[in-house]
Amino acid sequence: MKTTISKILENKISEDLIEVLQDIQAKYGYLPEEQLLEVSDKLSIPIIEVFRVANFYKSFYLEARGKHLITVCMGTACHVRGAPKFVDEVLGQLGIKPGETTEDGEFSVETVNCVGACALGPVVILDGKYYDHMTPGKLRALIKRTKGK
Amino acid sequence: MAKIKNNKDLIALSEKNIKENSKYSKTVTICAGTGCCASGCLEVLTELEKELKNKKLTNKIKIRATGCHGFCEQGPLLVIEPNNIFYRHVKPKDVPEIVSSTLENNKIIEALLYIDPATSKKITKETNIPFYKKQERILLNQNKLIDPCNVNDYISINGYSAFVKVLNTNNPENIIEEIKKSGLRGRGGGGFPTGRKWESCRKAEGSPKYIICNADEGDPGAYMDRSVLEGNPHAVIEGMLIGALAIGAEHGYIYVRNEYPLAVKNAKIAIGQAEELGLLGKKIFGTNFSFDIKISRGGGAFVCGESTALMASLEGQVGEPRAKDIHTTERGFHELPTNLNNVETWANVPSIINNGAAWFAKKGTKDSKGTKIFALTGQIQNTGLVEVHMGTSLKKIIYDIGGGPLKGKKIKAVQTGGPSGGCISEKLFDLPVDFEALAEAGSMVGSGGMVVMDESTCMVDVAKYFLTFLVDESCGKCVTCRIGLSRMLEIITDITEGKGTMEQLELLFETAETVSLASLCALGKTAPNPVLSTIKYFREEYEAHINKKECPAKVCKSLITYKIDNKVCTECNACLKACPHGVITVTNGNYIINSDTCTKCGICFDTCKFSAIKVN
Repeated sequence: MKTTISKILENKISEDLIEVLQDIQAKYGYLPEEQLLEVSDKLSIPIIEVFRVANFYKSFYLEARGKHLITVCMGTACHVRGAPKFVDEVLGQLGIKPGETTEDGEFSVETVNCVGACALGPVVILDGKYYDHMTPGKLRALIKRTKGK
Repeated sequence: MAKIKNNKDLIALSEKNIKENSKYSKTVTICAGTGCCASGCLEVLTELEKELKNKKLTNKIKIRATGCHGFCEQGPLLVIEPNNIFYRHVKPKDVPEIVSSTLENNKIIEALLYIDPATSKKITKETNIPFYKKQERILLNQNKLIDPCNVNDYISINGYSAFVKVLNTNNPENIIEEIKKSGLRGRGGGGFPTGRKWESCRKAEGSPKYIICNADEGDPGAYMDRSVLEGNPHAVIEGMLIGALAIGAEHGYIYVRNEYPLAVKNAKIAIGQAEELGLLGKKIFGTNFSFDIKISRGGGAFVCGESTALMASLEGQVGEPRAKDIHTTERGFHELPTNLNNVETWANVPSIINNGAAWFAKKGTKDSKGTKIFALTGQIQNTGLVEVHMGTSLKKIIYDIGGGPLKGKKIKAVQTGGPSGGCISEKLFDLPVDFEALAEAGSMVGSGGMVVMDESTCMVDVAKYFLTFLVDESCGKCVTCRIGLSRMLEIITDITEGKGTMEQLELLFETAETVSLASLCALGKTAPNPVLSTIKYFREEYEAHINKKECPAKVCKSLITYKIDNKVCTECNACLKACPHGVITVTNGNYIINSDTCTKCGICFDTCKFSAIKVN
């Protein structure tokens, strides 16, 4: 039987490891262990090496994330315009720090080093949508609007 | 799409496109770069398409969704040609009026015009806006002329003609000579002469050879590469084709950050179109030259901007740099000769070939030629992308183009070059921006990020910010970078918490020197720059933290407390609602911040409209 990632692995070689991991994450939201074992097997890469790569790169997650992902940009331009406040705001609203997920599995929060929308800082991304010139108040309203959706 | 087989085909296609576009009486150019997308340009675009369809104007008016125009702060942006009318902050609800007034009746909508903050006057034409007027936009100007997903647009502005020219003459040494004569230097940070790099890769033994476009723009505060790849991907492809021909490379890669989804998408589409036209592939135009380009999405590691780490990552491994005793031009990707340049460098190549080396070399300074794009951000009026001649003064960029400080503030520094660069004091704003001058000032051009800082920024906190970033991003391969930076961060954290001593400041210096001398890759070697430059220019801020236990900018949380002045307080309750931690309470009509549980995030301070919240 074809597994769910066989399509991702089609015509791939060991050199394509990072791309394969990105595709798996796009599908599952994180990198499940079972799929990593399959990658190791099909691409003939030792599992320890697969984990090493998955651990090394910032964009990979080894644990499931929440239904909604809040990404706070921590680039220099956002930083000088007050980005650290959003980490406080999220902590206050949802009780989670960057890298954590709420107990109900609804929200995860992460920080990234720059999303390249520097002129519009501070920037927060919710589920892929960019919100520019953010303020803690706007973020609070955004979290409220998103809750339960 | 029919394949192009020679120069004649290319010219015919260009003429056909120009003729097709000339049937429209007006063109509405809407910026659809990441910045404007964030401010809602796609909704405006949809509305505009709907409105033109409803009014049956689609055969008279052309809509072109383009890449970044650069003036991101004013987005969504709309430019109407032929009159060059510039509308900013356009909302979907403005669309019907734009169509009925401006497009149908040539009437200007005053409310959508840009107001010059210096003169308070409204400006109608895009070219008259100081932000644009004072720039030298060679590369960026192409962005607004083309729909990045339509190769025909690029061909209409002479696209691929430079490649066809060099393919016909087929003299690789000549191409390299031309690039050398132009004085083009790498736009990614190092500033290495591009022609010399190509030459050494051409001479290197080994086959096949590779060329790579570095689009792993990891510097926080820089986004010019994203905008060029997103808005003008064919220029990058054409530059790579010319480079491949000069070097004798068969395969190319664009290594692009996964955080740039639009750039990935547009580059993919562009490669597909170039393949369809026969500009990429086997035996191009029936010659012996074959070249293909693949896209590789980065995994989000800052160190992968370093060439050897990037190549390791391309091979599917962890991105750790190696010693460069043997250059990558000789032994790079898969141990074969590899030439790596960044997006902006590649995109400059076609214009150099088309206009000649002398044209390019005329711009800039003695050792830094041409124009450079900078991302102007931070505490400044006009944020966006700025393209100027190399050697333009910081003052001109920050005050004339950038419009100076935010209302009531004073600019004190500009950070250039990202985590490898440094902070330059406003006292040195007469400096010309070129590779050498900025390096002498303790910073670097880097990839071109310029983050402007005013008195509300604490320079010790900025140094701490970069150290935190670098500790997080250090790949960990060499001891000085991995451990040295961590020790530096500990010292600087002590200082920001009021626990620092003057002896520690000296130790910070010493450690910085060691990290700089003994680290393996350029990222480690330059990592202490943000600390060293802030100590150099803002020593008094460090001393205030150490000796007076004060943060002059009132940023460092351990050294400040927030209090509510109940004499000024209007009891509007805004702070109470805004505090994310619920530490503000009301006792007998007095508003009090509980200093034990307050995290000092400053949200209440920003919220209070009556300046009733004081920072001590």
